[in-house]
Amino acid sequence: MKIRTLALATAAGVALATALPVAASAQDAIYVPLFTYRTGAFAGSGIPIANGMSDYLNMLNERDGGIGGVKLLIEECETGYDTKKGVECYEQVKGKNPVITSPYSTGITLQLIPKAAVDKIPMLSMAYGLSASADGNIFPWIFNPPATYWDGASVFIKHVADKEGGLDKLKGKKIGLIHLDAPFGKEPITLLEKLAKDYGFELKLYPVAAAEMQNQSALWLGVRRDRPDWIYLQGWGAMNPTAVKEAAKVNFPMEKLVGVWWAGGDDDARAGADQAKGYKSLSFHAAGAEFPVIKDIQKFVVEKGKSQVDKAKVGENLYNRGVYNSMLIAEAIRNAQKITGKKAVTGEDVRRGMESLEISEARLKELGMEGFAAPVKISCSDHNGHHKVYVASWDGQKWTKGSDWMEPMKDKVRPLLEEAAKDYADKNAGWPKRTEACDKAS
Amino acid sequence: MFYRETGQYKTTYAADMAVFPILQDRIALGLMLLAVAVGVPLFAMLFPATGNYFLQVIMIPFLIFALAAIGLNILTGYTGLMSLGSGAFMGVGAFACYKLTTIFPDVPIVIWVVVSGVFSCLVGVLFGLPSLRIKGFYLAVATLAAQFFLQWCFVRIPWLFNYNASGAIEVPERTLFGLAVTGANATPLARYFVVLAVVAGMTWVASNLIHGRIGRSWMAVRDMDIAAQLMGIQLLPAKLLAFAVSSFYCGVAGAMMVFFWYATGAEPEVFSIRQSFFVLSMIIIGGLGSLVGSFFGAALIYIMPIVLGAIANWSGAPISAATIEHLRVMLTGALIIFFLIVEPHGLARLWQIAKQKLRIWPFPY
Amino acid sequence: MDILYKIFIDPFMQMGAAPDLLVQALWEGLVGGVLYALIALGFVLIFKASGVFNFAQGIMMVFAALTLVGLYEWMARHGVPAPAAIALVLTIGVMYVLAVSIEKFVLRPLVNQPDIILFMATFGLTFVLVGLGELIFGGEPKQMITEQLWLPKGSIDMKILGGLVSLQKIDIAAAVIASAMVAGLAVFFQSTRIGRALRAVADDHQAALSVGISLNQIWVIVWFTAGIVALATGIMWGARSDVSFALEIIALKALPVLILGGFTSIPGAIVGGLIIGVGEKLGEFYWGPLLGGGIESWLAYFIALAFLLFRPQGLFGEKIIERI
Repeated sequence: MKIRTLALATAAGVALATALPVAASAQDAIYVPLFTYRTGAFAGSGIPIANGMSDYLNMLNERDGGIGGVKLLIEECETGYDTKKGVECYEQVKGKNPVITSPYSTGITLQLIPKAAVDKIPMLSMAYGLSASADGNIFPWIFNPPATYWDGASVFIKHVADKEGGLDKLKGKKIGLIHLDAPFGKEPITLLEKLAKDYGFELKLYPVAAAEMQNQSALWLGVRRDRPDWIYLQGWGAMNPTAVKEAAKVNFPMEKLVGVWWAGGDDDARAGADQAKGYKSLSFHAAGAEFPVIKDIQKFVVEKGKSQVDKAKVGENLYNRGVYNSMLIAEAIRNAQKITGKKAVTGEDVRRGMESLEISEARLKELGMEGFAAPVKISCSDHNGHHKVYVASWDGQKWTKGSDWMEPMKDKVRPLLEEAAKDYADKNAGWPKRTEACDKAS
Repeated sequence: MFYRETGQYKTTYAADMAVFPILQDRIALGLMLLAVAVGVPLFAMLFPATGNYFLQVIMIPFLIFALAAIGLNILTGYTGLMSLGSGAFMGVGAFACYKLTTIFPDVPIVIWVVVSGVFSCLVGVLFGLPSLRIKGFYLAVATLAAQFFLQWCFVRIPWLFNYNASGAIEVPERTLFGLAVTGANATPLARYFVVLAVVAGMTWVASNLIHGRIGRSWMAVRDMDIAAQLMGIQLLPAKLLAFAVSSFYCGVAGAMMVFFWYATGAEPEVFSIRQSFFVLSMIIIGGLGSLVGSFFGAALIYIMPIVLGAIANWSGAPISAATIEHLRVMLTGALIIFFLIVEPHGLARLWQIAKQKLRIWPFPY
Repeated sequence: MDILYKIFIDPFMQMGAAPDLLVQALWEGLVGGVLYALIALGFVLIFKASGVFNFAQGIMMVFAALTLVGLYEWMARHGVPAPAAIALVLTIGVMYVLAVSIEKFVLRPLVNQPDIILFMATFGLTFVLVGLGELIFGGEPKQMITEQLWLPKGSIDMKILGGLVSLQKIDIAAAVIASAMVAGLAVFFQSTRIGRALRAVADDHQAALSVGISLNQIWVIVWFTAGIVALATGIMWGARSDVSFALEIIALKALPVLILGGFTSIPGAIVGGLIIGVGEKLGEFYWGPLLGGGIESWLAYFIALAFLLFRPQGLFGEKIIERI
């Protein structure tokens, strides 16, 4: 009977703790919450990104004492890539005046898009989420620089054209799209279908259900049967290394397998060992640790033991993506401080900061990111910028630059995108008209 | 001491068979309803920051999951049919509600939430058909087929999500009495009231179903279906009715989850097999074949991890978010096992024991 | 008519037109089936001996593989000689410790409880193992150490049937290991003292107890055996992609196999695995495109369901006799 009493007490304790109010803290620092996932089925991709994101911001705190003299209060909230926990995280951080959120999950992004405008918290979904949210006239609070999935797919087609000898050579070619059978995976279909019509190539779809991520042999048999000339891989998590391995198994030429930027983890390619040599992935920033900014992170954060990262993994592709993500956040905050003249900026200020963000070549150099990324410019109507992307190529050990920076087909992407944004606003009756004024770029 | 039934005489058969025969129970129930219907909203209005967090993160999902758990409990707990497809049936409800409200935007959303249960109910009956022949864990395969097939449909049939570029349900704003109840502008309080009303109403209906002839026939089928058949209970209608009612409840819960909890949008992945396991674990922990157990189970499985995380956060221990998460997952698992060992019949049984103790207190027997 | 043609004629035309692909698809199906069967085998062992539907089998597989790779990496970094062999031995040790603790802390207190309660307990166990595994090894995916474990790599390419049929050596190894394990288990069950005790427990717990068989000991043994099966499965699946917690999802695929074969039959697990494996690969490959592909996720369940409608206890399951 004792143990029963104990159980009752536990139950009562849990009930009591539930009723306790949740501490909401107010502070002078700038509060930057980071939604991360270091657990769950997608942790493999989530961990390096989470490390990169928090390490860069911590480095700013250590090296510069924050941004503009104001310390950053960085807090990770673990989502496990689960929308349920996403709700929890959002509600948890909402009360603490976050200046920006970055959900790092398409599902959570879709759910938070309408909330951003209501709660006055801008959201950065860096090159993921809803492509249509690039339209700043309809989504004033959502930012998804530097490129959308549609830009990515168009760059892939450009890359194919380059290798095949021109866009006119695409006629009659077969291009396969291997995608996760979920909203994230299906994003590029719309654009690729349009391009297929315009350039006369044939598009073959190979969906992979989330439960079958590691079980792709039937799909690759299909690849053997259909013999596509090129394959675009819109995958995430364990789906990518499996795809790379299976491609090697069916002797698909690796240099004709191109992944979206999220299929560019070092672990994804490493799984294929030597056979993965030549595997390609789109990217909008460099991999490697030889940049001054990464050196600073090593000096101020990693060496001092203030990071969770495995030292050898600093500078990996997805780690650097986290750094890039945080750089955008930091620059937006800095810009907001400049525009408003305030030190402790709010979400509304950062929205303005984001909207008039311009990171030039010179600024990148100041940041220690020369050659790390392409310049970024965001405007009120264009919350994405459709910036240049390059194709990274796996040399068996690390990611190297496999092509020049390429401009996406903005003329094809933008009209589709505006149409999709309008469609979104139409379907969501009562979608608010943009009332936020537009700042000139400073 | 206060919980004593001495002097409460039952003079009619109806009084003797009442669900809450003891006066104190009825008072407690009344107080509880008062607390959730008045106390919680009042608290939320007085302390908006904490209150909204409490409503949005704890109360609303708790009620919705409890409803789903009641649904599954009707099938698994009362009729003894194992189901691993409740996640998908919730999805059917959510997608049906989305279609209905976008085709007929003027009808109040609450009506569509309830009607969407009918669609889920039809699908449930369809996948319940094999239950006459297949039993036990084997039946789980039929419901798993439903789970994976329906999930595939949610992704693959663009008509279901209105050809949205996002491929997800985008919840439009709907109002009730001029107050937004879905969409980003809906306050947690407004949504809470709707959810509370639906859950309270449906729990009442479920309670009446279960205590009536239908519920008894379900329990007879659960305890031994051949014996039930010999007693004149027709198995197929009884089992199919259980599937229908169960799916109906799950469907309504799914629609409410997307429209009143997420309130803005949800991708099909929400209704994955994990959701099914989540609800199943609620009813097992809470108590199979117990309505109040469904609520306890929802509280334990859904709220406990949040509380554990919150405790870790308050304690201010210098551990990373990831480590907290790992510990919280481990502790959740350990507590599930602990509660099972303490009382394999679920928290509902524990509750009964506690009541019994109170009744005879301060004497041990 | 067109639809009928596409369903009933076209796939077979394709099979005839490209026999090499058909052979390849059959081979992939068989390999997939063997791997499913391995997972299912772990389930069957435990269900047979203790009546527990072990939901944690998937995570045990991940946990075993992670332990192996984690230990290997740690030892390789610290210059321990022959790290792979030591890691393998240590991992088996860890699985034994796991079996003992599960028996002590989960099964023993829950003895004689309904099936569904024990099922739920393994659910809790899953959480514990997920948390523990992530706490110790982190969530990063790891490479399976195939070469260090003397598993072959590369493929055998055969130019037959007017095309190419390519058999991965690791898949062959998987098939061989799976057969060896099944054969070993069969011998173990048939002709050892413990095996006989195990079968006695499976038949009737109380009767077994009354003739002096220690239930606790038997449970430790089956859970340990299931742990070793999980380790083998983890190595094989890990070699196909990488070792991460996502592998847990694949274990769900063992459910239709299990149900098709019957919960209590080891040959059932193997035959069920092969039927599901071949069925879903052929289905996805030849009929999948009609529905836009990706039907593999539910096809297996429908195959199992179709079989079940004729044999409600699974292909090899014990006949269900109902009495009043």
